[in-house]
Amino acid sequence: MTTTDPSGPESVLPTPSHTVGPFYGYALPFPGGGDIAPLGHPDTITVHGHVHDGEGAPLPDALLELWGPDPDGRVATADGSIRRDPATGGHLGRNGVEFTGWGRVQTDAAGHWHARTLRPGARGRSAPYLSVCVFARGLLVHLFTRIYLPGDPAALTADPLLARLDEARRDTLIAVDEGRGTYRFDIRLQGEGETVFLEFQ
Amino acid sequence: MNAVHSVDAVPRQDPQDLQEPLMPLTQQDVDQEMAARRAEYRKRVADGAPVEHHPRRDYAPYRSSALRHPERPPVTIEVRADPELVELHSPAFGERDLTETDNDLTRQHTGEPIGERVTVSGRLLDREGRPVRGQLIEIWQANAAGRYAHQREQHDAPLDPNFTGMGRTLTDADGGYRFTTVRPGPYPWRNHVNAWRPAHIHFSLFGTAFTQRLVTQMYFPNDPLFPYDPILQSVTDDAARQRLVATYDHSLSVPEFSLGYHWDIVLDGPAATWPQEGR
Repeated sequence: MTTTDPSGPESVLPTPSHTVGPFYGYALPFPGGGDIAPLGHPDTITVHGHVHDGEGAPLPDALLELWGPDPDGRVATADGSIRRDPATGGHLGRNGVEFTGWGRVQTDAAGHWHARTLRPGARGRSAPYLSVCVFARGLLVHLFTRIYLPGDPAALTADPLLARLDEARRDTLIAVDEGRGTYRFDIRLQGEGETVFLEFQ
Repeated sequence: MNAVHSVDAVPRQDPQDLQEPLMPLTQQDVDQEMAARRAEYRKRVADGAPVEHHPRRDYAPYRSSALRHPERPPVTIEVRADPELVELHSPAFGERDLTETDNDLTRQHTGEPIGERVTVSGRLLDREGRPVRGQLIEIWQANAAGRYAHQREQHDAPLDPNFTGMGRTLTDADGGYRFTTVRPGPYPWRNHVNAWRPAHIHFSLFGTAFTQRLVTQMYFPNDPLFPYDPILQSVTDDAARQRLVATYDHSLSVPEFSLGYHWDIVLDGPAATWPQEGR
């Protein structure tokens, strides 16, 4: 049953998820994947951190995608995150002008990732955040979480998701301000300090 | 054995084995674990639990999942309560994100790759059956001998200088996609002794909302390795597992060139509820 008849909803059942496996590295990452902010933009922030497993070991083979609005809370509609060179087939990198809102980074051998993007603006009733999707070998279904930025306690208190969490769990979603526009956000897949992961319905 | 993959090996550490020296995990051990998980699932459904379309992240027969699955349940977000969520939008991709040979993995080098050429085609749909238009599909796969062009790959099957095994395309106005490639080979890995992955192509997909993001694998019909593979068997629902298997489609076969396989993909997760012009 791999031809889906879209005429009846009962026949439209989801394709199951599978792990990204260990060998996506030559396919999914691309140069400039984490350079999401247009060059020289004054609202540029750096976000970075480690991804840890249930024993606290860093994951050298995790892949993260970040997706966030611009500083005014507007959703980016520009394409061009993975611009290509038609002459060589290689990668041109982003053009440094347009903001696509989306980036993809992999952890390095130490389990560390980093990206530079624009400080997200607030949308709806939520405090400003970046949406994060985590993929890894061993992870059969990707995980969604959010990076909230500290600095506006009233907005964080009023956020509909954060308001539902106890303090310890809530803190796993709020990045640490390291100064100079740099924020640290570690992801713990399991165990003590396990990051809050989200399911959308 | 030399022909082994990745660094997934985990010695058996069942509680009853702690008094014994660590024994290598055998296919028989994994078969028993997989059968137990299937039986548990069938009982849950018989007792009224909902059908599970996706694997559970704590599927132990796939050993690499052990320390990489959350133990706490996810926090549910009702998207209807807040239509402004950025997750209800999706990143955009366009023609400048692709080159002409991206959807033809047999034309990315100066020579022809070795292997059986295949055409893989289908449609990308959402849960309502609506086509997902103009959206990015990425694939990656092993070569015909079962080897990935990845430096950490340890399987000693030959690399193919004319095959990288990576492709991209944008869906058309009908949600359709089409790739030309070679059929990947099965390959060994280190989940347990004599573990072999059935031939598969990895797919990465975007929908109209980031909530619909999907990474999965497409299999070829009638592969004798299906029952032995803990990754495919992590989908414990029989019908859901079948949806990962493409069908041979003679109308997609290209005369004198390739064999055709049809595979439709349905994205889960809520989509935006507002009418989307042009979508």
